[in-house]
Amino acid sequence: MAGITSYGAYVPLWRLSREAIIKGSRGEKAIRNFDEDSTTMAVAAVVDCLKGQDREAIDGLFFASTTAPYREKQIATTIAAAADLRRDIITADFCNSLRSGTGALRMALDTVNAGSAKQVLVVTADCRMGAPGTDFEQYCGDGAAALLIGDSGTVVEIEHWQSLSNELNDIWRRDDDDFIRAWEDRFIYSIGYVNTTAEAVTALLQKANLSPGDFSKAVLAAPTPRTHGDVARKLGFDPKEQVQHHFFDVMGNTGAAYPFMLLVAALEDAKAGDRLLLSSYGNGSDALVLKVTEGIEREVEGRRGMKAHLESKRIIDDYRIYLQWRELLTFEAQPTPPGGHISSVAQWRDRSQIFPLHALKCRQCSNIHFPPQRVCPVCRTRDDYEPWRLSDRKGQIFTFSADNLCPRREAPRVTAIIDFEGGGRMATMMTDRVLEELEVGQTVEMSFRKLASQDGIHNYFWKSIPLRS
Amino acid sequence: MPGIKDRVAVVGMGCTRFGELWDKSDQDMMVESCHEALEDAGLELKDIKASWLGIQGPETGSGGCRLARALKTDYIPVTRVENYCATGIEAFRGASYAVAAGIYDICLACGAEKLKDSGVTGLTQMGGEPQFSSWVWATIVAPARFALSATRYFHAYGLSPQEGKEMLARIAVKNHHNGSLNPRAHFQREITLEQALNAPMIAWPLGLYDCCGVSDGSAAAIVTTPEIAKSLRDDYVMVKGFAISAGAGTQGVIGADYDYLHIDEIVRSGQMAYEEAGITDPRKEVDIAEIHDCFTITEVLITEDLGYSPRGKYKENLEAGAFDIGGEVAINADGGLKCFGHPIGASGLRMIFESYLQLQGKAGQRQLKNPRIGLAQNYGGIPGGGISGVAIVGARD
Repeated sequence: MAGITSYGAYVPLWRLSREAIIKGSRGEKAIRNFDEDSTTMAVAAVVDCLKGQDREAIDGLFFASTTAPYREKQIATTIAAAADLRRDIITADFCNSLRSGTGALRMALDTVNAGSAKQVLVVTADCRMGAPGTDFEQYCGDGAAALLIGDSGTVVEIEHWQSLSNELNDIWRRDDDDFIRAWEDRFIYSIGYVNTTAEAVTALLQKANLSPGDFSKAVLAAPTPRTHGDVARKLGFDPKEQVQHHFFDVMGNTGAAYPFMLLVAALEDAKAGDRLLLSSYGNGSDALVLKVTEGIEREVEGRRGMKAHLESKRIIDDYRIYLQWRELLTFEAQPTPPGGHISSVAQWRDRSQIFPLHALKCRQCSNIHFPPQRVCPVCRTRDDYEPWRLSDRKGQIFTFSADNLCPRREAPRVTAIIDFEGGGRMATMMTDRVLEELEVGQTVEMSFRKLASQDGIHNYFWKSIPLRS
Repeated sequence: MPGIKDRVAVVGMGCTRFGELWDKSDQDMMVESCHEALEDAGLELKDIKASWLGIQGPETGSGGCRLARALKTDYIPVTRVENYCATGIEAFRGASYAVAAGIYDICLACGAEKLKDSGVTGLTQMGGEPQFSSWVWATIVAPARFALSATRYFHAYGLSPQEGKEMLARIAVKNHHNGSLNPRAHFQREITLEQALNAPMIAWPLGLYDCCGVSDGSAAAIVTTPEIAKSLRDDYVMVKGFAISAGAGTQGVIGADYDYLHIDEIVRSGQMAYEEAGITDPRKEVDIAEIHDCFTITEVLITEDLGYSPRGKYKENLEAGAFDIGGEVAINADGGLKCFGHPIGASGLRMIFESYLQLQGKAGQRQLKNPRIGLAQNYGGIPGGGISGVAIVGARD
């Protein structure tokens, strides 16, 4: 039977203090940097999930989000390319619903169970926006999570599944909306979230012949802290002891990624034999019974999951920075030097260096070079190289600079020359950094980011970031 | 091969004032510099047999006609050249080689650049290459590129950021002093160390005064054979050596062993030009060096790369006054790129112009005592993957 064989998560480094939004508000929410979007956060979660896994053995990747950066253009292919997966795999995007993550999970389980694929990645990422001043702005956070589905080495078995479809305009965005729309909150939370979730979970428990007491934890992706408590009580779970914490105070509701992020957090505290309930909501509800296996005790080196990502943070207490990053407030003190046009042709030609960050290693002299060269700069041998992936390697800063001639929201733009562990040097742009803390010799890692959007194309590439501890 | 030494003479030069010349186009400036050069040489336009135009922008596609249109030359050859910041030296080199080859007896080299039409403070991105996302260098502005060397220089030689920035500030103070003595310079005022240190940050650790002027301007030279030169004037100046060295990107751009403390193209171009000119001890033999101080840190690297200071000893030499007017080697006596300004295609010829004036004893308040050898050097591109050009001129025997 197909189950979860690995998991990973990503929470952006930056947290907006809620006090910065409205005086007197408490806590903080996770916000993406200006160069992050659902694609880049999904890549980060996939990389986290693939720690200790063979990337060549992945047969499919499903992406789920309500904030895909393109309306027509697959995101799963970008993520698969950045993760250096094979090309003969199944890719698909699931969209338009906060339930799209569990929808993709169901399809992945069925795909593996049907024998169409051995291992399928399901990755969810979201960065929804509430209009300035609304509760949604307070409650929504950004993040991503990924689950690897396979039929051997499972960490979590999926024992039972109940889906419920429910047509309702409670929370929505039209195709041209930037911000979340909603009907009156008393209606949408009682008739929408709480009742629909309860209906699906009740049906699930009947089908499985289980009661709340049989679960060590319920993972409930609620739209607000209050409804989180309401639904737990209504279902008969002890809100204090038996329910996964909602992280509203430190992260916020991360949309389609939220159920999986909470699940990853629950798994980090779980032990073999635990039974979990997972519930997602969005025009209906998916409810799952999960059983944790002994595989949970296997240490995965380097995986950060939820705990490490939540602990690694920087607080932003200036609301204007958030507005700039979300392009809700734009200003340019001076014209930006034009950087030329993105060429779709050049992007295609250089795809192996852009997406999986392949350098070349000379077969004659073993030197590693980025960007790839036809003629080896050291021994002058022509066309005798093997690819050498740099994206998952750490490096050290050899030297750096920080210029103020870039667009304001990026200023100062840090350029860092990185020497990779294992060889190879690269000029990088550096993000998620505090200039005053940078020094020569500091350890960095690579992060997939959006360089710019030009001519309607999102231009992605890897940047360096200080090692997230 | 005989090389270029003593085979070509400079008989006339012209140079506009550099600066924000809002009311002048590149072609207006070409007219001014070329007419001044003709007048200086006592020649007329019809005496010119072929010409070279060095200009980097505003775009390719206008060919050599820009110069022909400006001067109304009479269907003679105009060759347009572009080689990063060495563009001006490249034009001068082409004209000189044509004379040395015996193809033409009198040639004109003109460099010009109109940077201030762009609407951008600082340099605009040049070149028509598509910006592929992996080519991070394409998006790195010039100050950020050279600031990488400053961070590393401080680190390697144990200078605290404050000490390092002070060393760089002293260069700005020196070049501003020299610029204050030069009526053609873009910036003609002295600055204090405090002003330089407290200036707004452009690209850490480089502040405003660590960056050269972005200017409009044009300079021109007329070259001919020594025989014709003798018939025109007594104080003509001789070409002694040239070099262009192109980095293949094996060092700065890609190589993991590059130290960011020197630039190989510059070292090599110096060696080539010194050899051609017969110079064995540059610090002793070169009297005036106009070098590419696009940023103060670049002046540090180049001073060491060209042999005017031992490695890592720039600071103490600078503080001892070795590079002042009247020092061991007067470096950027005309104010340099810092204060004379840097209209890219014109800069190389502007540097040669300063040596030309000095060798003729016409440098006014900046005049050195009995200079014999002057060097001009430009550097453009990415350290390790750029172009260094050198031209050495000397007094006639």
